[in-house]
Amino acid sequence: MKKLSLIPVLLVGVLLIYAAKDFPEWGSPSSPASKSPVSSHFIANTGVDTEVPNMVTAVLADYRGFDTMFETVVVFIAGMAVLAILKNSGTKKSGAREFEVDAEPDIIVTNTVRLLVPVIQIFAFYVLAHGHVSPGGGFQGGVVMGASFILIALSWDLETALARFPLDRCTIVAGAGIILYAGIGLLSMFLGGEFLDYAELAKIFPVSREMARYHAMLGVEIGVGLTVTAIMFSLYANLSTEGRLKGGL
Amino acid sequence: MFEDGGIINELFIERLNYLIYVVLLLIGLHAMIAKNNLIKKLIGMSIFQTAIILFYVSVGVKEGATIPIYLPEHDPHGSHATHAEGNQTTEQNHGPVVLEAGLVKGYSNPLPHVLMLTAIVVGVATLGLALALCQRIYQGYGTIEEDELLAQIEKQETRTQPRVVSKESKPKAVAVKKASTAKAKASNTKPKSSAKPTPKKLAPKSQAKSLSSTSKASSSQSASVKSKARRAVAKSTTTSKVKPVTKAKSSAPAKSASVKSKAKRAPAKPKTASKAKPATKTKSTTNPKSSTTPKKSTSAKARPRTPKK
Amino acid sequence: MGLEIFNTFILLLLVVVALVSLRVKDLLTASVVFGVYSFLMCLLWAEMGAVDVAFTEATVGAGISTVVMIATIFNLKRKSSD
Repeated sequence: MKKLSLIPVLLVGVLLIYAAKDFPEWGSPSSPASKSPVSSHFIANTGVDTEVPNMVTAVLADYRGFDTMFETVVVFIAGMAVLAILKNSGTKKSGAREFEVDAEPDIIVTNTVRLLVPVIQIFAFYVLAHGHVSPGGGFQGGVVMGASFILIALSWDLETALARFPLDRCTIVAGAGIILYAGIGLLSMFLGGEFLDYAELAKIFPVSREMARYHAMLGVEIGVGLTVTAIMFSLYANLSTEGRLKGGL
Repeated sequence: MFEDGGIINELFIERLNYLIYVVLLLIGLHAMIAKNNLIKKLIGMSIFQTAIILFYVSVGVKEGATIPIYLPEHDPHGSHATHAEGNQTTEQNHGPVVLEAGLVKGYSNPLPHVLMLTAIVVGVATLGLALALCQRIYQGYGTIEEDELLAQIEKQETRTQPRVVSKESKPKAVAVKKASTAKAKASNTKPKSSAKPTPKKLAPKSQAKSLSSTSKASSSQSASVKSKARRAVAKSTTTSKVKPVTKAKSSAPAKSASVKSKAKRAPAKPKTASKAKPATKTKSTTNPKSSTTPKKSTSAKARPRTPKK
Repeated sequence: MGLEIFNTFILLLLVVVALVSLRVKDLLTASVVFGVYSFLMCLLWAEMGAVDVAFTEATVGAGISTVVMIATIFNLKRKSSD
């Protein structure tokens, strides 16, 4: 029966290849996607509108900020859903795995990690803050920060990592990130603009309208980074222990 | 479609990358359909997602264009230093200007990158959720192979479905069977090989008695079920048989809004009492300890998700 | 010209890695090879000029996705039937 599934798959492949014939040549500057007026507008006007050199961050956090807010909400919901599925779900039988990992934390690994984790976290802050000028931004910085906590959990055990970042604090931090994002949007709405129209923030901060967008983008990226950090760590904590938060990798 | 030789040149040389993207898409799609293991299906899903992202990003590639970050000479933040000859550096100050069209062509298109950033993050969120579901399935069924899962689900469904026997005893047996299964589900015990419905009157009584737990509620339940079964057996019209069937079925969920008779009310109340206590104790209604209640039973039976002991 | 050869080589390697990840019977091997797949994707995007996407895929795909998958397999069976 499973062999029959090859037929629709190959049909889809033939259709896609037939469609690929009509594509523009790979990488040609005359393809419709490259000539589209929207992207030309973005490339040309990011400098004047927001004074942010990184076009991708500007489009992500300013021109398409609404998308990014709901993407953050999606990440948050995924973390909450994993929590809801796996919390208090383990039975006694599931504690017996095929192979047990009862090793003591190794001295080389722990000492190396002890030196590395502060550097990694500072790098995460750097990636977040420097996202305006170099590749980076809220997501990347948040994920690196979450990965540093996972590194602590991997080299010692999960209790050590949870002592530094307990799961209830995780959810609070994740919620705070979204509230920060939506709060900036609402603040600009109360000041007379539209939702997430950062230029209106120039009315209360002593900066120009473009720099208001610049700084509000930083605030928004911080919100995104907070949520992503907390959710990545809580995802790992719940998945590796089936919600019981004991044992684990 | 089959021009002379042109198709080979077009497809394989100029658009080779698109072909390979299509191959990756097909690999991911086939893995999602045909693989047995759930984790392999998830790997196929991820391959599919990243292949789509690859396709999107490559649509916006401009050959010879640089990354979508402003070069220093277009930097909106003012000055950048240029090193002239003879070790003299001159500073050029310029504010933000709108780039003209010629310069715009030198940058890559940032729009696909933005969309695909969102896609990657949403993809990893979906992957995390799917892995949590896999763990849950493993806790409930003990396996993550699709064929074994389907076999287990079918076995559970056939065990609780009434099977067709002789014609004259069929409605009676169906009513009796449904009453006994409703009671068995409510009292949270294993239905025995009661898949074979017996047209006897004593059968549900003995089944109910043997299956009942030691709680007082279940004994009253068995008494009421007995009476219900007797009522179902005594009545010979189909309409009256429909009513006990529906009564038995609708009394099974703890929130039975349409309580029509006292006998139905009696089992409903002790059932809710007995169900409320374990519900608050375990705090979750999807604990997969017993193998009787299929967690993911797809049949539209009016059965509660009974909490475990 | 060299860039095109690099592109094609990485793409063919990508197809091979995807097939390997789906064919091995050991789930731990499949996860690690899936990490390799993510990393090759990241390389491809960095070469195409999509640096933000490459950064995100490097952290999220080769970092979080692989670790989370291995953490799940740790609680499930390590061997798969196909």
